[in-house]
Amino acid sequence: MFSYLLQRFLSIGLSLLAVSLLVFLMVHLIPGDAAVAILGERATEKALTELRAEMGLDKPLYHQYAKFLWDVVHLDFGRSFKTKQPVIEEIKRYFPATAELTLAAMAFSILFGIAAGIIAAVSRGTFLDYFSMSISLAGISMPIFWLGLMLILLFSYFLPILPSTGRLDVVLDLDVQSRTGFYLIDTLLTGNFTAFRNAVAHLILPAITLGTIPLAIIARMTRSSLLEVLNQPYITTAYAKGLPRWKVIRKHAMKNSMVPVLTIIGLEFGYLLGGAILTEHIFSWPGLGSWLRAAVEARDVRAVQGGVLFVASLFMLVNLIVDMLYAYVDPRIRVGNEAT
Amino acid sequence: MMSPFGDIKAYLGLCVNLKKFRFSQFPLTFHKILCYSNPMDDTLLSVQNLKTYFRTPEGLARAVDGISFDIKPNEIFALVGESGCGKSVTALSLIQLIAQPAGFIADGAIYYKGQDITGLSEVEKRKIQGNDIAMIFQEPMTSLNPVFTIGNQISEAIQEHQDLRGAAARNAAIEMLDRVGIPEPAARYDEYPHQMSGGMKQRVMIAMALSCRPGLLIADEPTTALDVTIQAQILELIQRLQQELQMAVLLITHDLGVVANIADRVAVMYAGKIAEMGTWEQLYETPQHPYTIKLLESTPARDKRGTALNTISGRVPKATAYNDGCRFADRCPKVMDGCDTIIPTLHAVNGSEHSVACHLYNPEPPFSVRLADPELAIQEHATVVSATKLELETEVVQQSERVSEQPTASHPQLQVKDLCVHYPIQKGIFKRTVGYVYAVDDVTLDIPRGKTLALVGESGSGKTSFGKAVLQLGVPVEGDIVYDGVNIATTTRQQMHPYRKRMQIIFQDPYASLNPRMPVGRIIQEGMQTHGIGASDEERQTRTAELMLRVGLSPDMVTRYPHEFSGGQRQRIGIARCLAVDPEFIVCDEATSALDVSVQAQILNLLKSLQVDFNLSYLFITHNLSVVEYFADEVAVMYLGRIVERGTTEEIFDAPKHPYTRALLSAVPKMDTQTGVEKIRLEGDVPSPINRPAGCHFHPRCPEVMPVCKEEYPGATHFTQTHSCHCYLYRDAE
Repeated sequence: MFSYLLQRFLSIGLSLLAVSLLVFLMVHLIPGDAAVAILGERATEKALTELRAEMGLDKPLYHQYAKFLWDVVHLDFGRSFKTKQPVIEEIKRYFPATAELTLAAMAFSILFGIAAGIIAAVSRGTFLDYFSMSISLAGISMPIFWLGLMLILLFSYFLPILPSTGRLDVVLDLDVQSRTGFYLIDTLLTGNFTAFRNAVAHLILPAITLGTIPLAIIARMTRSSLLEVLNQPYITTAYAKGLPRWKVIRKHAMKNSMVPVLTIIGLEFGYLLGGAILTEHIFSWPGLGSWLRAAVEARDVRAVQGGVLFVASLFMLVNLIVDMLYAYVDPRIRVGNEAT
Repeated sequence: MMSPFGDIKAYLGLCVNLKKFRFSQFPLTFHKILCYSNPMDDTLLSVQNLKTYFRTPEGLARAVDGISFDIKPNEIFALVGESGCGKSVTALSLIQLIAQPAGFIADGAIYYKGQDITGLSEVEKRKIQGNDIAMIFQEPMTSLNPVFTIGNQISEAIQEHQDLRGAAARNAAIEMLDRVGIPEPAARYDEYPHQMSGGMKQRVMIAMALSCRPGLLIADEPTTALDVTIQAQILELIQRLQQELQMAVLLITHDLGVVANIADRVAVMYAGKIAEMGTWEQLYETPQHPYTIKLLESTPARDKRGTALNTISGRVPKATAYNDGCRFADRCPKVMDGCDTIIPTLHAVNGSEHSVACHLYNPEPPFSVRLADPELAIQEHATVVSATKLELETEVVQQSERVSEQPTASHPQLQVKDLCVHYPIQKGIFKRTVGYVYAVDDVTLDIPRGKTLALVGESGSGKTSFGKAVLQLGVPVEGDIVYDGVNIATTTRQQMHPYRKRMQIIFQDPYASLNPRMPVGRIIQEGMQTHGIGASDEERQTRTAELMLRVGLSPDMVTRYPHEFSGGQRQRIGIARCLAVDPEFIVCDEATSALDVSVQAQILNLLKSLQVDFNLSYLFITHNLSVVEYFADEVAVMYLGRIVERGTTEEIFDAPKHPYTRALLSAVPKMDTQTGVEKIRLEGDVPSPINRPAGCHFHPRCPEVMPVCKEEYPGATHFTQTHSCHCYLYRDAE
């Protein structure tokens, strides 16, 4: 168990190092160099030289990378050229909105995806099975921006029951004291239930838009994995004991079928972080995605570096958690093989 | 049991099981009351005219088609038959676990303690499952849920049927684990299945099945996946618990030897019906049904050496295409007009418990036949058998004479010297080697030209690794492999190429060893192309057709794909593929282990005649000792990577020296129960080849262990030119 986790940690460390190298080199792949990119082509040579000195671009490459790594380890991503704020502060400001959206989308996709998968598997070959699987195929095939726009059209325009932009109505925005940055938590902490309901309403459409594709994938994965497990001899053993069907499925089949589903969930998280950029754009969601897009447009090198590195670390963290969940689900990982 | 309403019955059965018409329950119940009766005597389980059908894309598969038998309390009743005969489906029908919605019980009644359990509701059914009727399965490796502790899985059954919770359920489970002979049951309660060996897992399965003290235990091939010494332990355990707990056992197996040793009564099944039923002595000594007779004859044994095995022609009919009469009719040597249209029913033989379903013995035959006198039939049969034996014997002798006239080289075909296969165990991200699996260790062997050397041993003994090492098939090899005077252990890939043609292998699994996307013709021709055999494609095609004829397949099947063939036919394809490149030496790695007895007999006959025709040398790797006894010229016994004893087949089987060889031979279930050979029971499991016991690797299980055995591996003692053994018992024998 311990060595398994140690191995996971080490491999994540190596992956992060690789990502940091890519992110670092990104700056040097821009035509001209970073200073030109920032100051524009009409900048004076003097200004460029000063900026290069400030950014350390005149030092040898390995020196620059070492300094970059050193700073990153100390959570110092430098300052944004655009806002002059430390990048880490910007991330802190924008991240909660994205986290809220991503977590909501994830909860939505896991909850409904697994449920649909189980229903389809248990009622295999019936109308329910075909129905839920066709719906999920449609879900996978749907472009995210099209789905978002359709939802807005349907629920904000024709049936104006849900808001389509932002995290809160503007009137309420000033009302909410930001403590954690998660509006759902903040509003509850302050007992501001009007704002809470409003925040939930704002979250629904973006979360559905972002979560539909993962939901469909999780549903299909759950179904096929559960069907495979239901054919295993130990399921027959469980029935032979006289256990009722729901108990066999809930206890004996579910846990075994969850390993591939967990893998998919971990990988889907990466998709959610990427999809958030599009979704946030559609719904004017003030999150990391919108911020990162703006940083790319403004050639804000430090901000992009910091943002990408942050998102990559987050993705790996989630997959580390998935690895630990494997160990929880599967005793063959947790308890060493001592069979003789 | 013949009812004039046969068709109506089937129709009603279908209605009920399609769940289309609920009200059709009433006529069915009525029909049942009319046709089947609750046995009033002490019968525990009474199966009456059971029909279990499956809807398949090819049509209705009549897997079990009208079988009737009774099981008394405290009795071990065995159902035997080859794969597909419906024995497992019978078991699943009894415990109400037929796969829905494809399968259903179309007709018949199953009375358990006087209650018909076929029409029970889900809730009532579950009260029987696991509580009154419990079941253990063939694969202990996959029959336990890997993500729960074994204790959890046993207590679960207890809690489902008894009023025990928490610590009480735990204690009941621990007591049961103790009963099935698991050491330190309290500690092992919290272990997971993957931490246990196969034999231990089957013990856990038994503990789980018996935790609610069922009246009937169904054991579906309980020892088929286990090694022979472990099989002996498990069979003994089932027998002991059957006595202790006063329960009945329905034993399902294909292994006649297993049946002979423990069953009180035996039913032989063929194609969904019971062919013959009686005690083992009755079936073995005076078999009546032509199928039973053929089955017994096709089982390899010592006294059939040098003769071809008597095989059954043709193959088992498909369950979707049974004829209306006796299903054995088209394979039966004694078939009469009318056999394939009128179903034979069970008739008592000489008024005893022995009964047989064959028109030959029907006292009131439905068509005009010369009724056979059972005694006469047996005598007649015996003369026929000995006549064919004699014929074949002379043929084989003639053939071997022909062979011996050929000039033979002085050196053996293959000489292996100090061969080691040590698989490194790598751990961590840097793949540091932390140890070795000592699969094969210091093995020295030679195989003479045109002879068969059998390599026997239990799983994990290294016999398959040895076979792969000899052929240089991707295993790390140290030592010398001298083939025809050339050491091939040190050759490069290019240098090895010509030897690939001369040395071939036949695999165990005829299903996985043929590429499913290649037609048979291409599978056979591929090797010829690689080795440049045959000048043109036409020539190769002609040769393919010849080869297919030679192995007993029709040449017009060349364009078919492997999945269109039966297991035995696929093994024939494998053999044709192997012969296509004109090999001299063939490794048969458990070549017949996946096959049914009657099919195995066909393949063994084929291998034998090919050996004579082409002067082939075989390395015959197997765990099946009765095949060895019949087939091999010399035997080497392997235990944990080392050869513990080797000699000619006569030497090994008549005068085994090593305690392991003796235990192994005594553990093999014999069909003849009166052999009087003392059983030697080995305790425990084969240790891991990673941490082998120091000294003689067998010493922890050896009944004759001495202090010296724990110190150093014993050297070889030679009894004759051919017979040698590694054991300290014979230190001074030379």
